[in-house]
Amino acid sequence: MKSFELVMPKTLDEAIAALPESGQPTERVRVLAGGQDLLGEMKESLVTPERVVNLKTVPGIEGHEPTAEGGLRIGALTRLIDLERDEGLQGSHPMLVEAAAAVATPQIRSMGTLGGNLCQRPRCFYYRNPHSPCLKKGGTECFSYGGLNKYNAILGGGPSYIVHPSDVAPALVSYDAVFTLLGPAGEREVPADSFFTLPSSGEVTRENVLAANEIVTAVTLPAGREAWKATYLKVRERDSFDFALSAVALALKMNGDLIEQARLTLGGVAPKPWRCTSTEELLVGRKIDEETCRLAGEDALRMAEPLEQNGYKVPMTQGLIRRALQALAS
Amino acid sequence: MADAPKEPEKRAPLPDNVSRRVFLKGAGGLAAGGALGSQAVASQKASAEAPAKTRTVSGRIEIPLSINGEKRKVSVEPRTTLLSLLRVHLQPPLTGTKLVCDRGACGACTVHLDGEPAYSCSLLAIDCVGREITTVEGLGAPDALSPVQQAFCEKDALMCGFCTPGFVMSVSACLEKNPAADDDEVRAACSGNLCRCGTYPPIFAAAQAAGRKLQGGR
Repeated sequence: MKSFELVMPKTLDEAIAALPESGQPTERVRVLAGGQDLLGEMKESLVTPERVVNLKTVPGIEGHEPTAEGGLRIGALTRLIDLERDEGLQGSHPMLVEAAAAVATPQIRSMGTLGGNLCQRPRCFYYRNPHSPCLKKGGTECFSYGGLNKYNAILGGGPSYIVHPSDVAPALVSYDAVFTLLGPAGEREVPADSFFTLPSSGEVTRENVLAANEIVTAVTLPAGREAWKATYLKVRERDSFDFALSAVALALKMNGDLIEQARLTLGGVAPKPWRCTSTEELLVGRKIDEETCRLAGEDALRMAEPLEQNGYKVPMTQGLIRRALQALAS
Repeated sequence: MADAPKEPEKRAPLPDNVSRRVFLKGAGGLAAGGALGSQAVASQKASAEAPAKTRTVSGRIEIPLSINGEKRKVSVEPRTTLLSLLRVHLQPPLTGTKLVCDRGACGACTVHLDGEPAYSCSLLAIDCVGREITTVEGLGAPDALSPVQQAFCEKDALMCGFCTPGFVMSVSACLEKNPAADDDEVRAACSGNLCRCGTYPPIFAAAQAAGRKLQGGR
């Protein structure tokens, strides 16, 4: 790891003051939370920051508290293992707990944070290989297109075909969560679904709208989600620990046997958590039966454009959608 | 000296659009930070009302650590990982914690940080100030093995042995929380540890044997 200076602020304002003046992307400064992704990137020299701003020295940005509107505000430095073990959350927001528990290993969850999980970089091995000058690293080509693409995107790809690696992100999109971003001009609130960007619509070397002089400080879940049924399902190639080949975050507001409202977000299949808005609309007013499962799977993957080696993700994801619906029916 | 805190004003001029509140708070913090010495890293548990004091470390710094119940002072850089500190910088070193992948993927470097298993390769040593670090040497000694270490010997739960300290740490953390952990719970607790020799069955048998012993059985 290249040498760097470590800034240990005591307040968020001091942390912001240590970030670059401009919000433009820069390699000079990185924000450190749990470090489970950043330190690996620095060891591979994928980033070689001169300055690292350590958020672990800032008190008061972990844990959660109810909001005045009846929602739940969770500090960005909350560890994944604390979400996983939180009995209150297990009852009120099981999809978030399941997603946190699906992340990596006990050792990583004991250090890894909510905010860090949302801001982690892609796992595509062309990106992670320091010797491959891929599009994500400012190169001119996405080597997975026409190369090895078993783990890459089937939806929303191009010009980069990475998949977003977070488990927690799809669950937060399906909970209609809002992220709080703090920058030099103060706070701004960004809906989870708008936080993440596609390579075709955002900066191709980034996965979200966070500026270089901003920090994700909190995630707020809206009121009323306790009454929804929700689940996060994930398929891994290696079951002990791995990133998702495909994942489904499904939340349903039921009225008796009928679906009144739905949120469906896919993980592991697109460069961002992939919200299936038309499928959500299709589900409204339906019972959870065989036909609903089939129609939902068909609709959610209607736009899929698999590469040479990842066509398996289409039926796999349809199967997961079916399983998620069936799990919430009982 | 080289590792004295720098004046943050020189490194990070505040942008024009910064609010007065942020500026004043930030400026006060920077002044306080500049007045601080570079000896000990301040407690991370400081209350939000305490005077703000950003510290910046570049170059070497001596940090106090608590390793296996002993207070140690070690000279590190910001980039020094806990694993590197244990095996290289600490004198005498503690080499029971193994360096294998150095990427948080294999589990050989597992230690306990305040009782929780963590990858020492993926932690900055500076971040461990004020926390209790336990390595495999802290669980027991060759003439006084911990129940888990003893069970690994009795069940022959190793071949090459390189992954063993990491597995011992993961199993110990699991049984510490729940000595009655069943096989599924132990396997989940060991999901972040790899054994390339494939000695998993005796490892899980050792965990069950140690669990029985910890519950007072044989």
